[in-house]
Amino acid sequence: MNPMNYVYLSAVLFSIGAAGVLLRRNAIVVFMCIELMLNATNLAFVTFARMKGSLDGQVIAFFVMVVAAAEVVVGLAIIVTIFRTRRSASVDGANLLKY
Amino acid sequence: MTTAAVLAAATDTSTGTGEAVTFWILAPIAVLAAVGVLFSKKAVHSALLLAATMLCLAILYLAQDAPFLGVVQVVVYTGAVMMLFLFVLMLVGVDSADSLVETLRGQRIAAVVAALGFGGLLVFGLGDATVTNVGLDQANHDGNVQGLADLIFSRYVFAFEVTSALLIVAAMGAMILAHRERQEPRMTQAELSRQRFRGGQHPAPLPGPGVYARHNAVDTPALLPDGSPADVSVSRVLIARGDVRHVPGPERELAVREEDDDA
Repeated sequence: MNPMNYVYLSAVLFSIGAAGVLLRRNAIVVFMCIELMLNATNLAFVTFARMKGSLDGQVIAFFVMVVAAAEVVVGLAIIVTIFRTRRSASVDGANLLKY
Repeated sequence: MTTAAVLAAATDTSTGTGEAVTFWILAPIAVLAAVGVLFSKKAVHSALLLAATMLCLAILYLAQDAPFLGVVQVVVYTGAVMMLFLFVLMLVGVDSADSLVETLRGQRIAAVVAALGFGGLLVFGLGDATVTNVGLDQANHDGNVQGLADLIFSRYVFAFEVTSALLIVAAMGAMILAHRERQEPRMTQAELSRQRFRGGQHPAPLPGPGVYARHNAVDTPALLPDGSPADVSVSRVLIARGDVRHVPGPERELAVREEDDDA
């Protein structure tokens, strides 16, 4: 098997995540799709590290995981705050910054 | 690089059979679970399917000589991040269903076309790539964790330090965002009681769920004297999710019981 298959899998997962961000209205599900995209890029990083024979790609994937963890904490706190004021977790509801 | 060298490098790109089997089992599961995240109506199902995708990816990391990242993926993503997601889902309310009304006309089709086009662009672009497969045998010579530690604490030490600052800022930001300042004084018990009786609602505690010979869980409503189910005896979250069990009328319940006695 060609290791490029991992990269193809990563591309497919990333596209599914992007479709989810564009399609879903529930803020939490949108956030999950962002996590899916981050995971897909991590898979690509790990595969490239293996193809190149150096661990730098794995280090970058590790940093992506750390940043994703921080992002989840802040993002979910924002969603909880929005839900508390608007009683809804739909991204359609939060339109006050538009005006 | 001469053509012969390119060909030599190209022939060395295959991986072992065991890894191929692992990949072809896990990759479809990961893709199907990801599609499930996209299309499942309930956010809890999305979360669980996303956890399945992440577990598949963790095993693929292990297969690709990245044991540290595989374990961290399980601990951080499926352990911490997904539990945080489920926690917030419980906080926000499981009954907050996704509205299926399209607010922008044609947005759904445009989104699907954009995602498919993007995926096609990525996949066909990758098809042209020249592949080498050096493998991590040399880099992992002293162990994967030791190799990563060497890199993180030498070449990437500044990024690592910045990461610690990021984590502290994120923790503080989450605390500030989730903290709620009390605007009005706390209501006393007397005030609460007065409000309950003057509001004209049900002043007593709500009736408990029904207890039957076969079901006595919280999803079975109690029966009123006329045999109709009492809606107030079931949590409104269960009603919103459509998880309330149908209770047969008293005469049917009796008939079923008599059949059982005969048998």
